[in-house]
Amino acid sequence: MIVDPTSDQELFRETTERYLREHVPVGEVRRLRDDPAGFEPDYWRRGADLGWTSLLVPEDQGGGSISGDGLVDLTLLAHEFGRHAAPGPLVPVNIAAATLSRATHGADDAVLGELLAGTATVAWCVAEPPPHDRLGDIAVEVKTDGADVVIDGIKRPVESAGQAGHLLVTGRTGGGPTQVLVPVDTPGVTVAPMHTVDLTRRFAAVTFEDVRLPATYVVGEVGSADRQVEHQLRLAAILSCAEAVGAMQAAFDMTVEWAFDRYSFGRPLASYQALKHRFADMKTWLEGAHAVTDAAAAAPDDPRLVSAAKAFVGDYGSELLQDCVQIHGGIGVTYEHDLHLFLRRHTVNRALYGTPADHRQLLADLERKVDAA
Amino acid sequence: MTAAEDHGSQEAHEDLDSFRQRAREFIRGNLEHVGPVRLGLQHRPDDEELATVAREREVQRMFFDAGFAGICVPLAYGGQGLTPAHQRVFNEELVGYEFPAHLQIPTFSPCLTVLLEYGTEEQKRRHVPAILKGEEIWLQFLSEPSGGSDVAGALTTAIRDGDEWVLNGSKVWTTYAWWSDWALCLARTNWDVPKHRGLTVFILPINAPGVEVHRIEMLNGNREFCQEFLSDVRVPDSDRIGEVDQGWTVCTRWMFHERMLYNSPFVTVPAGSGRGSAGSLTMTDIARDAGRIDDPVARDLIGEAAMLEVVQRRLEQRVADGIATGALSSQASAIGRLFAGVVGTRTTTIAFELAGGAGAAWTDDDGSLTGRGTDFLMRQTAQIGGGTTEMARNVISERVLGMPREAALDRDVAFRDVPRGRPGGDG
Repeated sequence: MIVDPTSDQELFRETTERYLREHVPVGEVRRLRDDPAGFEPDYWRRGADLGWTSLLVPEDQGGGSISGDGLVDLTLLAHEFGRHAAPGPLVPVNIAAATLSRATHGADDAVLGELLAGTATVAWCVAEPPPHDRLGDIAVEVKTDGADVVIDGIKRPVESAGQAGHLLVTGRTGGGPTQVLVPVDTPGVTVAPMHTVDLTRRFAAVTFEDVRLPATYVVGEVGSADRQVEHQLRLAAILSCAEAVGAMQAAFDMTVEWAFDRYSFGRPLASYQALKHRFADMKTWLEGAHAVTDAAAAAPDDPRLVSAAKAFVGDYGSELLQDCVQIHGGIGVTYEHDLHLFLRRHTVNRALYGTPADHRQLLADLERKVDAA
Repeated sequence: MTAAEDHGSQEAHEDLDSFRQRAREFIRGNLEHVGPVRLGLQHRPDDEELATVAREREVQRMFFDAGFAGICVPLAYGGQGLTPAHQRVFNEELVGYEFPAHLQIPTFSPCLTVLLEYGTEEQKRRHVPAILKGEEIWLQFLSEPSGGSDVAGALTTAIRDGDEWVLNGSKVWTTYAWWSDWALCLARTNWDVPKHRGLTVFILPINAPGVEVHRIEMLNGNREFCQEFLSDVRVPDSDRIGEVDQGWTVCTRWMFHERMLYNSPFVTVPAGSGRGSAGSLTMTDIARDAGRIDDPVARDLIGEAAMLEVVQRRLEQRVADGIATGALSSQASAIGRLFAGVVGTRTTTIAFELAGGAGAAWTDDDGSLTGRGTDFLMRQTAQIGGGTTEMARNVISERVLGMPREAALDRDVAFRDVPRGRPGGDG
């Protein structure tokens, strides 16, 4: 989280923090484990009133920011989502709202209105199964057929597909990407729930079999949405990192407290140099994760910053969380302790929107470009 | 008031845009374009080194004459009285151009900052303008052969003799001592009190009678590190910094500034300069020269090095901002130090790995593969120099996270009674 928030930003963040603490304390998060949707509609609708869905939408479309930089403001919320392992499709809904509010064609004002009001959600169908599971690899076909488009293929994992009214599908027409806003009840769409490690996030495999819609459902241009899709992927990576850093922060704070409270051989764990040095390493990774994520949020179109953030927060965040488990000992791998709520959230986020290895490959490409320039 | 807080008291500063314009005109009109720079110790012949230093003194004088020396140093001492933001702008404009690399660390930080914070008015007026003009290059007489990390365990002794002090002992790891001018020296003035309470800081010219400088050869052939032997070196009491026996107070800030490294607002360095042996941009060169540029494993390593470089820079910025606004304690500078050390060793390993067999044996025609093996031998310097990463981990856990201090057998004991290792044992 940014080191110097304004007082408006701080108030904004605190409002959501208080709301999450009251409405989704860990007991509620645990209860939602068995809830098919993973969140209550009313919880999400009231969250929308707190600004959860409007920050990436321009003012004339019904959105608006706190500081003038809506993405930075949104990372404050994502941070709190991570710190509380909070339920709700924060990333896909904001990506969909940002995309619909800026699209030159195919923007459905009614859908955007529902997103802003929190009365409906949209799932973003972007990732695909192997062998097309590398970041940015898209095989789902969107064919044009007269005044229609026809979609075929499989998307997975899709966050919150089972709860969404519409699907923002990122497919391919010939050589380039096309995005279509598909009502989830369109014939040929099948949503099959998947297993996941997160307690409240729901993922599904979505199959499109000869799904036919008028071309007016295409969002933006047919076959040339490259830049838009890359932009969405960077936004998603940044938000996912901000949330992951929140989870790291919660686990770290919890483990520091544990180190002071837990005594072995008549001394607190915090007095052992072997452990103190690991806490120093973890603190350094944590601050580095904050720093690079905030830098990426302030410059979302700098792919080097975004990939560095996603690679670092993924790799070093996992090390931090697993070391928190290690320092807790056996209790750290039980369901009864709360630590796993944050390990789960971070683990899911690490694997979505490009793994650390995917982003290192992107960074290597960028280095080569700089070198050649 | 600390040196770093001083800019707050200035009223209207030159705005950043006009400062940038002025800096750009000066830099492009007067300095040589040299491309990307590598910070850290270079291995080169002595005459070349001396010529470089002479040119850097000239460049520093040009900075002074043009109003760019000591951007964050108060006007009263010949500086510009501007802000860290101005220094950052200057650093950004400086990218690709020559600059006085040898004068930055330790002259501007920590030596100059210690003078500004603890020097007498007379000391500041004598030395600060001279430093800003490139006339005085400083170094630190801090570490001793008896102990590297335990700075407060200094054995170098100063005994009062009328208006003078007589210094005896040995100092080590003094980079560039063989051509530097002045030193900031920590010495023991009282052996009958616990170690932190019997230290005093002095300043002295390196060519003072009784100072003998020896150059130390490192694993890569570099001979920039030195050791000094002080035999009855006489220092006037007017060259004492801070109160007698209160040297640890000075030293705490001294080491804080030391940990700020290239992130100090008193240091001038082209923005984005890579530290260590090989900046991440050269990883692509190494992979290409080694014929591995399309190898996915090599690309993974290149990506990792790029990631670490980006995070390191952003982390340093965050720590500096946090310390400036008070959101983080000044002890948080150890976070940047630890990360820089770990990243330095990792990137050196990556460069060595990418070089393949040329890491073991190479010719002068091997391009960027040359020297990767010797760099690897020196890898740990990134985690040793400027305070070890073990010490940084102690600072972070104890001072930042508030965990219990390590047990120490030298607390509340007169220093002369503290157990010491075999004389001549190296630290």
